Amino acid sequence: MTLPTFSWSYLGPVLPELLLACITIVVVFLDLFAPQKRELLPWMTVVGTLGAMLAVAGQGPATTFGGMYIVDTCSLFFKQICLIGLLLTTLMSERYLQAENLRHGEYYSLLLFSTMGMMFMASAGDLMVLYLGLELMALSIYCLVGLMKGDPRSSEASLKYFLMGAFFSAIMLYGMSLLYGMTGTTNLHGIALYAKQAGLLANPALLSGLGLLLAAICFKTAVAPFHFWTPDVYEGAPTSVTAFMSVGAKAAGFAVFGRVLMVGFPELQGSWGTMLAVLALLTMAVGNITALSQTSMKRMLAYSSVAHAGYALIGILAGTPEGISATMNYLLIYGFMNMGAFAVLLLLVKDGKRRESLEEYRGLAGSNPLLAALMLIFMFSLTGIPPTAGFIGKFYLLRAGLDAGYTWLVICAVIFSAVSAFFYLRVVRYMYMEEPAEEICFKMTPGVSVAITLALIGVIGLGILPGPVVGLASRAVFAF
Amino acid sequence: MSAPILSTLLFFPIIGGLSLLFVDRRKEETIKLMAFLVSVIELVISLPLWFTFDRTTWQMQFVERHSWIPAFHVEYYLGVDGISVLFILLSALITILCILVSWTGITTKVKEFFISLLLLEGAMIGVFCALDFFLFYILWEAMLIPMFLLIGVWGGPRRIYAAVKFFLFTLVGSLLMLVGIITLYVKAGHTFDILAMAGRPIDPGLQLLLFWAFFAAFAVKVPMWPVHTWLPDAHTEAPAAGSVVLAGILIKMGAYGFLRFSMPILPDATSAMMIPMLLLSLVGIIYGAVICLAQTDLKRLIAYSSVSHMGFVTLGIFALNTQSVEGGIIQMINHGVVTGALFLSVGIIYERTHTRKIADYGGMATTMPVFAAFFLLFTMASIGLPGTNGFIGEFLILLGGFITRPWVALFAASGLILGAWYMLWLYQRIFFNPVNPKVRGLKKLTLREVLLLVPMVILIFWIGLYPNAMLDFMHPSVAHLLEQVTGDPAGMAGDMKRVALKLQH
Repeated sequence: MTLPTFSWSYLGPVLPELLLACITIVVVFLDLFAPQKRELLPWMTVVGTLGAMLAVAGQGPATTFGGMYIVDTCSLFFKQICLIGLLLTTLMSERYLQAENLRHGEYYSLLLFSTMGMMFMASAGDLMVLYLGLELMALSIYCLVGLMKGDPRSSEASLKYFLMGAFFSAIMLYGMSLLYGMTGTTNLHGIALYAKQAGLLANPALLSGLGLLLAAICFKTAVAPFHFWTPDVYEGAPTSVTAFMSVGAKAAGFAVFGRVLMVGFPELQGSWGTMLAVLALLTMAVGNITALSQTSMKRMLAYSSVAHAGYALIGILAGTPEGISATMNYLLIYGFMNMGAFAVLLLLVKDGKRRESLEEYRGLAGSNPLLAALMLIFMFSLTGIPPTAGFIGKFYLLRAGLDAGYTWLVICAVIFSAVSAFFYLRVVRYMYMEEPAEEICFKMTPGVSVAITLALIGVIGLGILPGPVVGLASRAVFAF
Repeated sequence: MSAPILSTLLFFPIIGGLSLLFVDRRKEETIKLMAFLVSVIELVISLPLWFTFDRTTWQMQFVERHSWIPAFHVEYYLGVDGISVLFILLSALITILCILVSWTGITTKVKEFFISLLLLEGAMIGVFCALDFFLFYILWEAMLIPMFLLIGVWGGPRRIYAAVKFFLFTLVGSLLMLVGIITLYVKAGHTFDILAMAGRPIDPGLQLLLFWAFFAAFAVKVPMWPVHTWLPDAHTEAPAAGSVVLAGILIKMGAYGFLRFSMPILPDATSAMMIPMLLLSLVGIIYGAVICLAQTDLKRLIAYSSVSHMGFVTLGIFALNTQSVEGGIIQMINHGVVTGALFLSVGIIYERTHTRKIADYGGMATTMPVFAAFFLLFTMASIGLPGTNGFIGEFLILLGGFITRPWVALFAASGLILGAWYMLWLYQRIFFNPVNPKVRGLKKLTLREVLLLVPMVILIFWIGLYPNAMLDFMHPSVAHLLEQVTGDPAGMAGDMKRVALKLQH
């Protein structure tokens, strides 16, 4: 095997990632050497993110580093979701960090590093790049989760997430080594070609390699039965980090899901389709049913995020290009509505009071009609009631599921949607139909207002005029 | 006729409602007045539908068609025919009455209340004009949000239970319909155009499955026995305006759904399921009426009477002949008018007494004589006294039912007798018996309240004495509908058809 000589043109397709890396380095240095200018950090992050979004938007399909790094329409879409997640998180972080008295410059650089990792994952055409991206993302998030050093909950969450994450990384590597051992390559397309030629598709070692790999991805996307870390970590982490994880990390995980299965093992759809269908059902059941009994908003949103992973899985397991498009579309919409809900959650934090329990939303509509109305819209969107975007997302997924012949799964999905209505509506009920317990006042900052406005535009705009985005998603394909 | 009248009707109340957001919430009078003006203007905008509607054709009129989500083949497609046009007018009228009846009754979150009501009006009108299944579903579900708030925020003591029950029942039904809609889309040539779907041949086995999927949504909304249990709670706990909208418009949408979707798109399944549907309707008629006899709560009694009356509507629809279907449609309007009027009346006295228990009333004919006269009229219309609108609807349904299956008319008629029993008994307990001290010295009807009830009285006699004003609209559309279902415009279903077929051979 000869190594190709390096050429500057190789760097073209990774330009957005490089841009993000430069911004990260500037942020790190600014934090180290000019600590009095720390208020510039969020601004720099936002500018860098917007720059990266523009760069991603301008990219066309390309491959670089000998097929290890693939830029295709799918990966571009996933990258935009991750960047939107980063943008909204950064916008709403400033206020939250002040309220929680977290003054770490590393916060923003870690967010940036983690997003870079996600972007690598979305573009990984090779198991090595995949692992690299995954670890970059995960290690940064472990740190972010434990950022509240004085809070035992945060430290516990961080440690728990780290230990379990490390464990699943090992499982993933084991799976990868099996795949490499069987096929002699780490390139996903190469694996697919070799497995087909050599008739390895029914080989138990290859299948167990795939199974181990999938288990690790399921862990990252919080698919049951690998979801046990989710509630504790989501609850313990700083709320802005929770929001970030629930959107970006999930999207990146699903990007890997899609690419590994669609590019690496398309012939085995019959097997992994059925297996994932069972997991999707389990995930929806666990997420929705457990969420019913939660009294903490953060825990409820954690279980709801498990449930939404179950819905999103329907598109992947359908194994059709349409299914992938539906999943991408759903994750984008989920990003907006979940970020919106978390932004409202963040706004209520004040003077050391976290206001995470459902009880504290009692009568919010009386004291803060605007905030309550926003939460109402985000909750209805998470339930999937039109005319919000949540419905469009779910509709697309159900259609893909029915098209692929998973009627039973689709029926279960709608039944669990109805179950989910109960706990999302409970928030609305507390806000609108109960008497207020205390007068809550809060301060809007420009960052949070912009974040909420963007989320609202996403939720309502994609609900009423989904055409362009759906069109974009439906044209996206995985290249190899 | 190039003005987009249906879009205007759909969006005007929504924009009007959203414009209330910018009014200071302490200016309650301004908010009420604005909401009232929006609803009146809406009715005025809807009048051209009445005057320029072409009554000689079954074709869709006032059609507007634009591409909306090309990737899903979804269109923004609106139009009305003889079946839907009257409901749009009724929705516009009833919303005005709802706003008037809430004038003094709503004291908290006034701004949100009127916004919800106007958004609801827009969505309701949209449901009746939508000719694209996707658009229809969006509006159908979107109605849930304001209605959930109306019941849950401004309702009675058990409002939260009632609101959640209403929401979950309707949502489960609708979601099953959604699966049906997508299946239909996948199997019937990737379109959501209702009119195009109606012509597609669909495998009879699949038709049956889809029929029950649609049934889940529509039967809950009607509500048909045995999925009616949300209705008494929702009706009882909702504020007066909520009950009126629910009785007047929302529950009509279930029956409308059967007419617009189940029957033309799934004709084989409709014919095959005729007898089960007739039986369910009969059970609803008799069960609802018997339960009424045992009620001690005024609003609950009227709610159960709705179950019984809506049983007549579904009976008429599924008897599948011209008389019965036209009777069913006219009975939908009648029920909206009469039950709407009854709930308005209850709202008016509830505001004075704050009790819904029948035992707390008595002798009101002496304390509020004018009101007693109005209520008597509504009671008579509800029973179906000749000369009132109730008679026309029930007569046509019984006639049609008799043509299809004679025994159906026999059992249904017993529902009428029970109906007379519980309504007259109710009237006796409230208005005649010795004057209950609790209702002594009640305020007389105000001008606003009289104005509220007069339009209903006019409608009751108008339809009762000159039903052709309404029936004229629907003749061609109903004939066309029956032709789609039974393949013959007179809709000779059942026994007559079998006899006719035998004679041919």
